[in-house]
Amino acid sequence: MRPFTYLRAPDVATAVRAISAEPGAKFIGGGTNLVDLLREDIEQPGTVIDITGLPLTGVEELPDGGIRIGALVRNSHLAAHRLVTTRYPMLSQAILSGASPQLRNMATTGGNLLQRTRCLYFYDGAAACNKREPGSGCDAIGGFNRQHGVLGVSDDCLATHPSDMCVALAALDATVETRSEHGVRRIPLVDLHRLPGTTPHRETVLAADELITAIELPPPPSGAVSRYRKVRDRASYAFALVSVAAVLKVRDGSVSTVRLALGGVAPKPWRAYAAERALLAAPATEESFTRAAEAELTAATARPGNAFKIELARRTIVATLRDLLAEGSAA
Amino acid sequence: MVEIHLRVNGVTRSLDLEPWVSLLDALRERLDLTGTKKGCDQGACGACTVLADGERINSCLALAVQYAGREITTIEGVAHPLQAAFVRHDGLQCGYCTSGQICSALAMLAEHRAGAPSAVTGDPAATGVELSRAEIAERMSGNLCRCGAYNGIVSAIQEVAEMETAR
Repeated sequence: MRPFTYLRAPDVATAVRAISAEPGAKFIGGGTNLVDLLREDIEQPGTVIDITGLPLTGVEELPDGGIRIGALVRNSHLAAHRLVTTRYPMLSQAILSGASPQLRNMATTGGNLLQRTRCLYFYDGAAACNKREPGSGCDAIGGFNRQHGVLGVSDDCLATHPSDMCVALAALDATVETRSEHGVRRIPLVDLHRLPGTTPHRETVLAADELITAIELPPPPSGAVSRYRKVRDRASYAFALVSVAAVLKVRDGSVSTVRLALGGVAPKPWRAYAAERALLAAPATEESFTRAAEAELTAATARPGNAFKIELARRTIVATLRDLLAEGSAA
Repeated sequence: MVEIHLRVNGVTRSLDLEPWVSLLDALRERLDLTGTKKGCDQGACGACTVLADGERINSCLALAVQYAGREITTIEGVAHPLQAAFVRHDGLQCGYCTSGQICSALAMLAEHRAGAPSAVTGDPAATGVELSRAEIAERMSGNLCRCGAYNGIVSAIQEVAEMETAR
């Protein structure tokens, strides 16, 4: 591994000051992604600032009935937290469907948001990759692109965002709170990640000196049911081919609330607004679910290796909504 | 160089380390604790699983310097009925993944006792979830076995879990 200077920040103010003083420095939390990227020489920070000693490890109830999650809450602790399992079970399901128990014990909430793509060409230093080396090209185009995106991708990058947790957070209307020398900023999670366009190396709207401190969730919609469903090449410990986070409430046979987000198909946690618009006030039937899925997927672009994802996404959206309809009717 | 104190298997060890040394390399190369294995060195196989304050982690993705002052347990510090159960149930062939499997299973049983849900639990708020073969397989999915001794591994863990419940 390339040598770096290691600093341990005792508090948020010191961490923020340290990163603005050291261009190219990186924060390290659980390290599950960064250590791998350092070893592969993809990340080359001169300084690594350890933030695991910061007091950002709590999960608290907010006055409005929502919750506030500290950026350093470990994924496993968040998934098992009583406030999450009882009020946001979909978030628990999403976290538990990602990575492995060992990784979830290490990985932090803030780090999960910022994990980088698992595109094999991004990891392969001999391959062309506009994300790793701007202007070098994209070997995933015309290469092995089974894992790659069909929504929001560009001619410069097909990479997908690998997180499961973020897909649930997108459907739950999460807000990300950050701190920098310029103060506190609040960013809707759906606006945190950028689409690749011609600059796939710019992955989020965060400035280099900005520290994620917390994630907040509004109260779950009352009377709605929710579910995270993940489809992958093996039963566990694999990234999603397609995943769906859905929140549904039906009143008098019509959809009164719906929130839908997709994983495994896009460069960012993909909030399916077109599908939501098609569903709202529509009869809660399989026909409506299918029409909504198709409304979202008309914008999809396929490559030879991943064309199957469009049909898989359509079917997974419909199946998840169908399951939620049955669950909501039974309740 | 950074001077750190690592507490491993109940003993405090003083080490001068470069900050980029992984916990796995510190254990194996500096402390001669070679029971913890290096498989993929990228968090994909689980052979390097150790416990930090009782929680299982991949030591290959952990910078040793981040674990100063934590209580690390490696296979050398484990004496548990799981070990005999793995032998009884043929829970190994080559044995390379076994120290990671044992450490992982040890923490998994503790997680289960504490009520932690898994991806196959259904309702994550459910309590008293039985450790079925499906639950054990999911909860152990971070540990790969190239020899394919999974059936024996699951049986060994299930037997120990039942012994613990009966106690």
